[in-house]
Amino acid sequence: MENRKIIIDPVTRIEGHAKITIDLDENGKVEDAKIHVTQYRGFEKFCEGRIYTEMPAITARTCGICPVSHVIASTKAIDKILCITPPQAGINIRKIINLAQIVQSHALNFFHLSSPDFIYGFDAPKEDRNIFKMMQTHPQMARDGINLRAFGQKIIEELAGKRIHPTGIVAGGVEHKIEQSQKEAILSQIPDMMKIAQGALEFFKTNLHKFQKEIDSFASFPSLFMALTNENRTLEHYDGALCFMDSEGNILKDKINPQDYREFIGEAVEEDSYLKSPYYKPLGYENGMYRVGALARLNIAKTCGTPLADEELKKFKALGGGKPVLNSFYYHYARLIEIIYAIEKIEELLNADETMNENVKVTSKISNLRGVGCSEAPRGTLFHDYQVTKDGIITAVNLIIATGNNNLAMNAGVKQTALAFVDSKNITDGALNRVEAVIRCFDPCLSCSTHALGIVSSKIEVRDHNKKVIQVIDRN
Amino acid sequence: MIREKVRVKSFKINDICVTGQSNQTILEVARDNNIEIPTMCYLEGLSCVGSCRMCIVEIKGSHEPTPACTAKIKEGMEVTTSSPQIEAARKMILSMMFSERSHVCSTCVANGDCELQSKSVELELEHSEVPYLNQRFEIDASHKNFVNDPNRCILCTRCIRVCDEIEGAHALDLAGRGLNMRIVHDMDEPWAASQSCTSCGKCVYVCPTGALYEKDISEEEVIKKRGIITELIKNRSQR
Repeated sequence: MENRKIIIDPVTRIEGHAKITIDLDENGKVEDAKIHVTQYRGFEKFCEGRIYTEMPAITARTCGICPVSHVIASTKAIDKILCITPPQAGINIRKIINLAQIVQSHALNFFHLSSPDFIYGFDAPKEDRNIFKMMQTHPQMARDGINLRAFGQKIIEELAGKRIHPTGIVAGGVEHKIEQSQKEAILSQIPDMMKIAQGALEFFKTNLHKFQKEIDSFASFPSLFMALTNENRTLEHYDGALCFMDSEGNILKDKINPQDYREFIGEAVEEDSYLKSPYYKPLGYENGMYRVGALARLNIAKTCGTPLADEELKKFKALGGGKPVLNSFYYHYARLIEIIYAIEKIEELLNADETMNENVKVTSKISNLRGVGCSEAPRGTLFHDYQVTKDGIITAVNLIIATGNNNLAMNAGVKQTALAFVDSKNITDGALNRVEAVIRCFDPCLSCSTHALGIVSSKIEVRDHNKKVIQVIDRN
Repeated sequence: MIREKVRVKSFKINDICVTGQSNQTILEVARDNNIEIPTMCYLEGLSCVGSCRMCIVEIKGSHEPTPACTAKIKEGMEVTTSSPQIEAARKMILSMMFSERSHVCSTCVANGDCELQSKSVELELEHSEVPYLNQRFEIDASHKNFVNDPNRCILCTRCIRVCDEIEGAHALDLAGRGLNMRIVHDMDEPWAASQSCTSCGKCVYVCPTGALYEKDISEEEVIKKRGIITELIKNRSQR
């Protein structure tokens, strides 16, 4: 039998544009599988020559899902260039906005993109695996998803001016203080939102037993983990230092100042993808694969620091038996715990006296010619690294986007899942859906990670051993 | 020296009989009579240069559209301020302004307070009718208070005129030809090195777009004070 290659192009229900190729050997067995990110935008290049004050607005346009993350990383980089620390109220408001975005983004992934697989199963007809079917059969769940997203989006709009590409987060802090009425409006929604978040987690946990094979084969392997964490290793999304943990739970390196990220993260360029492959430099490209995002954050964090999330974290950690949880399927689990954490934390921050302080912004002039901004975006650790002239003109930009950090792990995951489910003699839709679903576990935002744009639909190609496409399966 | 006598002249704008003084322009008389003609490079109190051509009107007997800001009125002339041809020409003029430089509203300091932006809303220009040239100019951020971003400049020359006519410094002028034309300080030096600039900021306040703006502000934060300049000119003339 001739070698063949299966290509899934584009991959569906993710943010961005990618295709998957599955190479078959002469016996028709899966030999290799890869994800190719097929889009390119060039933010790092066209930002050169612009003035630093424009960077939050420009880089926010990398993404419509997580613009807040980019604005926060960007303003943090500029804070470093200006050598300023925002007032505590400014920091707290930025944190609330960041957490609100984590709620809305995680809710998007769970309810809108992934839950159809959990409700109807991976082998369900493809026309059923979408939120519209869910609205018919599980209307309350669909409504809950929409409400939870709206909760996050409205906080962003209230505190930062706009739901998408907000303008209220600025160098030195935020533009506006929180009004008492805004605080009360947000707090009044929290009990309902917590109920939705807990309900979703309960639904997920009670259905987990149906997906044992997926749990075992969806990017389930040893890898390193990276996340921001603070001194006590509690969950952190805004501040803190970088930490690398190995698959046994040993800390390889912690307390890394994000300004020094280049000493620890290398960026490899692949031939067949616009997405770079970052790796942990001390272990090299071969052994330096690491994962970021909710799974990594919960593996690294000892506690969440909020009561309800901590209870769930204990149960989550039990899955790993004292070691890090290695199954990427549990990214979904980790994201649901993070939603609970984010809601609790928003409430805690809103009730803190210093958050209501009128002093929310400081200004200054350029003091450093380079600044790195780092924060935890919904999908993982995000870096914005700018170099400027003394007048503030950008001379170099390096962006490492959360999804990019997961590139090596996503590739390994696609291969593992293809090996487990794809049978060349009988290529089923369910098998191909699983290959896509493994990517969905990572909740990638490919538009961000290549700083690129694209539309989402799906096609699968089969290639022989000479890389010749011999079969194309349209997934639309 | 024999000075021309100022006389009263009668003529028609859009079939409405109007009168004005012989030293007035069509635009001035139109505005006196509440007849709207769109403008861009014009700013009340500064000299008129007719550089943008936004205020073009049709004059009966003339084959070419005429800028209303520079055309003096004549007895018996018949002026039309709006017709399908004129509207189309204005849209094309606006399109060319957009296509020549990089006017990205979403990341611009002047978003929400930009005359180019509001003019395109007013004239219902939804997209440029000519392809973008994607030119790239260096930003001059050397001045301690102000930034000059030629990528957003429409070459209206208001900044040059206000600096020359009101501040009396003439620190700004045009350099280059055609598509490469830009506003320069002194002998094309960095703004901070300009010997004649008084750092008064008038050029920044009259700029219709985000080409000249105060430093350290981000998108949508620009505050223009175009009215203040006009008031200043009026106050001075009353002394």
